[in-house]
Amino acid sequence: MTESTTNVGPEVQSAPSDNRGLHLLQEMLRIRRFEERCVELYSRSAIRGFLHLAIGEEACAVGVMAALSREDAVVSTYREHGHAIARGLSMRVIMAELEGKLEGCSRGRGGSMHLFDGTQRFYGGNAIVAGGLPLAVGLALADHLQSRPRVTACFFGDGAVAEGEFHEAMNLAALWHLPVLFCCENNLYAMGTPLQFTESETDLALKAASYRMPSWEVDAMDATAVERAAREATEAVRAGGGPHFLELRTYRFRSHSMYDPDRYRDKSEIERWKQRDPITTLVAQLNHDGQLADGQLERLEAAIAAEVEDAVTFADAGTDEPVDELTRFVTSTGTGGS
Amino acid sequence: MSVITYREAMRQAIREALLRDERVFVMGEDIGHYGGSYAVTLDLLEEFGPERIRDTPLSESGFVGAGIGAALGGMRPIVEVMTVNFSLLALDQIMNNAASLLYMSGGQLNVPLVIRMATGAGRQVGAQHSHSLEGWFAHIPGLRILAPATIEDARGMLWPALEDPDPVLIFEHAMLYNQEGELEEPFQPVDIKSAAVRRSGDELTIIAYGGTLRTALGAAEELATQGIDAEVIDLRCLRPLDTATLLSSVTRTHHAMVVDEGWRSGSLSAEISARITEEVFYDLDAPVSRVCSAEVPMPYAKHLEDAVLPQVLDVVNAAKVLCA
Repeated sequence: MTESTTNVGPEVQSAPSDNRGLHLLQEMLRIRRFEERCVELYSRSAIRGFLHLAIGEEACAVGVMAALSREDAVVSTYREHGHAIARGLSMRVIMAELEGKLEGCSRGRGGSMHLFDGTQRFYGGNAIVAGGLPLAVGLALADHLQSRPRVTACFFGDGAVAEGEFHEAMNLAALWHLPVLFCCENNLYAMGTPLQFTESETDLALKAASYRMPSWEVDAMDATAVERAAREATEAVRAGGGPHFLELRTYRFRSHSMYDPDRYRDKSEIERWKQRDPITTLVAQLNHDGQLADGQLERLEAAIAAEVEDAVTFADAGTDEPVDELTRFVTSTGTGGS
Repeated sequence: MSVITYREAMRQAIREALLRDERVFVMGEDIGHYGGSYAVTLDLLEEFGPERIRDTPLSESGFVGAGIGAALGGMRPIVEVMTVNFSLLALDQIMNNAASLLYMSGGQLNVPLVIRMATGAGRQVGAQHSHSLEGWFAHIPGLRILAPATIEDARGMLWPALEDPDPVLIFEHAMLYNQEGELEEPFQPVDIKSAAVRRSGDELTIIAYGGTLRTALGAAEELATQGIDAEVIDLRCLRPLDTATLLSSVTRTHHAMVVDEGWRSGSLSAEISARITEEVFYDLDAPVSRVCSAEVPMPYAKHLEDAVLPQVLDVVNAAKVLCA
């Protein structure tokens, strides 16, 4: 089965009728404000290394996570602050990780690109493009072999589809009918090179369909559209429908990383996409449906500002891991040896 | 006591693991219907079925990565990569995920995975099927690297490797599969940490592993007839190295030689030589000697392949110079 239902449309769509729409809005705002604060911290050198922001792409993370259960697994990329927040990692442990502190979710060993939380089945934080896809296949294989009705959601970007590991993983997942939800965040650029310069076939859902996998594209500037698609796909995967593929059509408003001068995009293109900001889009939907009470957005923003501030305070107060623990966790049983 | 081949010993080890632990499964190219490219997994598909004896496509990175994911998901996978030459296609997964996840995650995610692969030359299969690259993997923190050279180790190393909470790579020299030897019954467990003295001697320490152990032992027998009493040490575990056993021998014999089928430059033999020099330099009566493969891509012609590889005569001649 190959579906191709394009949900792109300028008109205001209805938000979910229960408080799911509000939840999506809250989560997107949490990610946005957290990452905006990261930029400030980067400027004052509290955060170093590579910092890849997902500002503009928040609907992907919140829409997919809303469809997952606590038992499901998430495999992510190096642009994963939003995935981690939406999955349920606290801002505190993420910010502490970005500041390289022992209290961080990876003890300061990972940094921005390697956030992990084993207890929440958040398998990171992979900085090799497409490197996480085979892991997701394996996690799903483990569930299959142990007859557990769980789903593994695997995030990756459009750049990943050029990698051999993408095709190997798609084939394995489809061949073995494994419960993987492939979530391709197509932001149109593999770092700084547009898709049409790197792919002979730019219809990514079609690529997935060639592996006999149900796949379709989703307007990922619309969180409710992502959530609907993710729920549909996740339910199908969990029911034994094999792997599914969502091409989440999105756009990052900021550069690839803090090092990127962003010479390859026209300013007008960025401005055009900002008109479809997933947060203002959802606010408009909720207002249109009368789901946002007077002052509610302001109260939400205030609560989130406090949460971000608390995370920064927590991270700033964090400690440095003692250097004599440097070789700890090279192996489970000791310092690794050589 | 029974006489079996190295191949059969490895096969028994896999079968035992499948029977002992239902989390164990085997995955790799041609391991099921074909029976294994070296016939190590012959008939296991019939006994354990396609879920646990899982044929894979030719996707080394994909199925090695899937092994890592399955290990994270609670399984105990044995992944067979047909030869070390093909493992380069999976190097990203082995290095960037299997070896790094525990550390990157601050101790949260260990990867209890075993990867088996054939290594080594001797069958005239040319430059893309003959190399000994285990030394490269021994460079990587987070991995345990094993090289069973005897029937006992072929039979005994797999189970403790599966019990290891972290990734273990087992390198099986392709020329050993038909080697026969006696196996004690009942079988005694082996450790996967220490080097073993395979022949005792007082005048020279020859350090070998995997495919070069036989070469070293053959050379030691020849040297004995010429009045040189050589001790032969089988490294067994290439990472972490059991340096203590090596140094203890060298401080007695005062002469050290490394015999390695890997290339010489930037190699495991270089590392061992450096450690001996760093630790017991003043116990040495002569510089450490090395007999390694010639630094060329492996040629096909038999006489050229023989010329590349460390031979008994090469070891004997080098030992005579070393001990002169």
